[in-house]
Amino acid sequence: MADNTCLPRRRAPLSQLFQPDLPRETPVADAIGATIGVTIDGMETKVPLGTTILEAAKSMGVRIPTLCHHPDLEVAGICRICVVEVEGQKTLQAACAYPITAPVRIKTYSKAVRIARRHVLDLLLSEHCGDCYSCIRNGICELQQLAEEYGVDGFRFGHVEEPVAIDDSSFSIVRDMNKCIRCRRCVRTSIDVQEVGVLEAMNRSNKVEISTFMQKPLGNEICINCGQCINRCPTAALYANPALDQVWKALDDPNKHVVIQTAPSPRAAMGECFGLAPGTSVTYQMNTGLKRMGFDHVFDTNFTADLTIIEEGTELVLRLYKALVEGETSVALPQFTSCSPGWVKYCEHFYPEFIPNLSTAKSPQQMFGALIKTFYADKLGLDPKNIVSVALMPCSAKKFECNRPEMVDSGYQDVDFGLTTRELGKMFHQAGLDVPTMPKSDFDDPFGGATGSGLIFGATGGVMESALRTVIELVTGRKVESIFEQGDIIPVRGFEGVRYVEVKIPDVGPVPDILKHLVPNWDWLKGATLKVAVAHGTANAKKVMEDIKHGGKFSHCHFIEFMACPGGCLGGGGQPIPTSKEIRAARAKAIYSEDHELDIRKSYENPAVVKVYEEFLTDGPCGHKSHELLHTHYVARGKHIE
Amino acid sequence: MSTDAIKTQGNTLTFSAIPAGEGLRKALAMPRVDIIDMVRDSKLKGRGGAGFPTGIKWNFAAAEKRTPKYVMCNADEGEPGTFKDRLILSEYADLVMEGMTIGGRAIGASLGLIYLRAEYAYLRKHLEDTIKRRKAENLLGQNICGVEGFNFNIMVAMGAGAYVCGEETALIESLEGFRGEPRNRPPFPVVSGFLNRPSVVNNVETLAWVPCIMVNGVDWFKSIGTNNSTGHKLFSVSGDCEKPGVYEFPFGITVADLLKEVGGSDAKAVQIGGASGRCVPKKDFERRLAFEDVPTGGSVIVIGPGRDMLDLAHNIMDFFVDESCGQCTPCRVGNDKLLKGVEMLKAGTCSDEYLDELKGLANTMQVASKCGLGQSSSVALLSIIEHFGDEIHGR
Repeated sequence: MADNTCLPRRRAPLSQLFQPDLPRETPVADAIGATIGVTIDGMETKVPLGTTILEAAKSMGVRIPTLCHHPDLEVAGICRICVVEVEGQKTLQAACAYPITAPVRIKTYSKAVRIARRHVLDLLLSEHCGDCYSCIRNGICELQQLAEEYGVDGFRFGHVEEPVAIDDSSFSIVRDMNKCIRCRRCVRTSIDVQEVGVLEAMNRSNKVEISTFMQKPLGNEICINCGQCINRCPTAALYANPALDQVWKALDDPNKHVVIQTAPSPRAAMGECFGLAPGTSVTYQMNTGLKRMGFDHVFDTNFTADLTIIEEGTELVLRLYKALVEGETSVALPQFTSCSPGWVKYCEHFYPEFIPNLSTAKSPQQMFGALIKTFYADKLGLDPKNIVSVALMPCSAKKFECNRPEMVDSGYQDVDFGLTTRELGKMFHQAGLDVPTMPKSDFDDPFGGATGSGLIFGATGGVMESALRTVIELVTGRKVESIFEQGDIIPVRGFEGVRYVEVKIPDVGPVPDILKHLVPNWDWLKGATLKVAVAHGTANAKKVMEDIKHGGKFSHCHFIEFMACPGGCLGGGGQPIPTSKEIRAARAKAIYSEDHELDIRKSYENPAVVKVYEEFLTDGPCGHKSHELLHTHYVARGKHIE
Repeated sequence: MSTDAIKTQGNTLTFSAIPAGEGLRKALAMPRVDIIDMVRDSKLKGRGGAGFPTGIKWNFAAAEKRTPKYVMCNADEGEPGTFKDRLILSEYADLVMEGMTIGGRAIGASLGLIYLRAEYAYLRKHLEDTIKRRKAENLLGQNICGVEGFNFNIMVAMGAGAYVCGEETALIESLEGFRGEPRNRPPFPVVSGFLNRPSVVNNVETLAWVPCIMVNGVDWFKSIGTNNSTGHKLFSVSGDCEKPGVYEFPFGITVADLLKEVGGSDAKAVQIGGASGRCVPKKDFERRLAFEDVPTGGSVIVIGPGRDMLDLAHNIMDFFVDESCGQCTPCRVGNDKLLKGVEMLKAGTCSDEYLDELKGLANTMQVASKCGLGQSSSVALLSIIEHFGDEIHGR
């Protein structure tokens, strides 16, 4: 799967005054298919023209160390740890940045190279403040690993003793500049991958620091909390604001009833915290581990993902009905998904005028939070104030989301703590629980297990596919399998940055009971073409939004799924480090194959969902009660910084 | 505007004898390849200090198929101790623009950009007036000198005060509106420069010599200087001498002869090539200023007998600690370590072992830094340590 398309080229040229239409492009486009001979450490091979030395070496099994390089990012060539000797060149060359365009002989570990690498490490360590044993990235730090490899045995060029203040103003992301090595992976992530531009290098020379705009605390910035910068930070300069101590405290408190909901993406990635290959799902082993850790009940966020589909789908139907049948012109279309809190905050900051387009349906996490402290508390006769509701999410933005002041519809903070995959992995380690070897156990009632629809929320396009599976069946009365083979709606899948799909509705069936109070019939949809789109990564979201603003093709869509993170939730800012397109693809594969194994794959067929509408949300989807608990509103934040 | 004249060894200053427009007219009468051949045959090398053959650079850019292409004039004269470009732009802006126009003709560019250092903002109006006048004279604009289809314009863009923007790729980044930081090379600007299009970046003086070569011919240019460093060179002379200023000397002049001309014969050392150049001690004064011996962009700082060499080293390292762009590790952190080392030497607290560590670090900076700044920032320090060991030790 080529998902490099979701990672756009570097910043657009500002210098529009010269050539307004000129795209920035890299040369070497000529002579496609040509190969060049290259000799690395005495071994010969041929590589395509323009291959970097780093790529060529990798293809031969030669490892060259890197720090500023990241497979998702533009080449920087600034840390200089990857320098190699290129015959004929006076200076050492950065392997990551040197395209091979003529036959070359390269030495990757000569004396000069080893000395230079050691110097680079010594210099980086001289700026580094803090000890490895007290570091959140101890054991998974790229700098630490290289220091070990290159035999760093002291601080040859001194060491910073006085730490600078840590910025933990954000609910989601902590910035500890004591650990920063100025590799600018976060900067390139923020500017190139996400196009939010929250982080940038400031000052020159040894005074360079990575800064927020006007050096404001991150919590006040136009930061969407996606945590993509965390996933690409080689050290502990960026990490998700930890909640694990508070969760342990709750688990230790005998008066607290502690429940956890787990999202699909962490389950496809938790294995990585235990050394398993990416894409090894450990869903049911994790359930056992969580119960052993002391959680009273383990719930599946897929339940509320299914609920989201019902609520969001109904909302879409209502919007369409109002616009198409009742002729109301004020209806905001296309409707945007709202389950990615990073995307929601992006929209609030960058496109506040489109807030009416955001589905008012809460994200699955927040729906669950509201139900746990109401429906579930009632059912079990628990005082909601003694319930501690924890959410395992692949996401750093979920930490912000659960702290949004409006997320208190149960009368309490609906979700108390968001844990990232990494944090829970750490908790498992602390508890000595080897998740992969645990026996399997199921999710707890009354919410039960999942449908495949809820599950695929974890991958980009998954919300759209789930919505389509339900909408198609509810509207046409036909099985989705009769339209898409095995019910897999392949056109919305994949890692292409933006996808546009049209789905024809040739005939319609009867309105199902659950929606009868909202629409009299489906005749108005007969022969209609449902236009939908999917975008992941906010740089791609920006493309779609700009197109909508200018009345392009996406402005005629009915429904658009936006995910803040490349790859969707499976590439979220709370997922195990490292990340790459291969790792994200492996996680996606795990999610889709698990979907296939499930008996129920459509949200509206989830028996627990049906039951909730029968017992609790008795006025149906988008009814009064669901509006009270399952829907929310947004804040037009704009780009104003406090 | 400076009225200091450029001094010579008694000959007529070359630039003053070249009438505006003549070099351009001669060039326009030739096929484009012949222009490049002429520049190449003259062996004109980059006057900013790197000494890259101008004709070869132009040829690379001319060979690129992608358009548009750009000609940039590097007027970010930031090397400490160099001020010749300021004088050229003040007195002979026509020659510079003519060089750009000829370059545009040669490589197939229609836009030239003068990247003027922020400190020279006072020259902007003068340059823009010159552009306006040259347009009125049909030496810029559409169908220049009546040559159908040859259009070339020049714009002045301002730098913002960073030394590193004299490095051609940092200059381009700055021109594009980004932080002035060097790019990875390759690709070189001739392939992918401004807006990722083929661009030649030439020093002010280099460009000014082009019309002179067109007017006086290749043989004339090659008859001056040495075999590998042809032509005259402008030198910015400052420091402990009687007659500081800008001089036109032929390449290959010895340090001793130069010092005689400027009244600095009692010098104990000369810092050649600015902060990024090397320090030449008295015992080496017979060496020649030429790319094959002591290369220079023209900065000559005379160090009198009373100067403390560690003060000089300190001044230079302090400069680089300020001016490193802060991108790559060796330069960003390394310069600071070297500066602290000089401070330790001054205080007499630097052990021989640590001095060796620093020399090793300096060597790494020279081979592992991303651009010329980090690759050359320790050159002066190392030459001072090498030649003035007695002065440095024993404090």
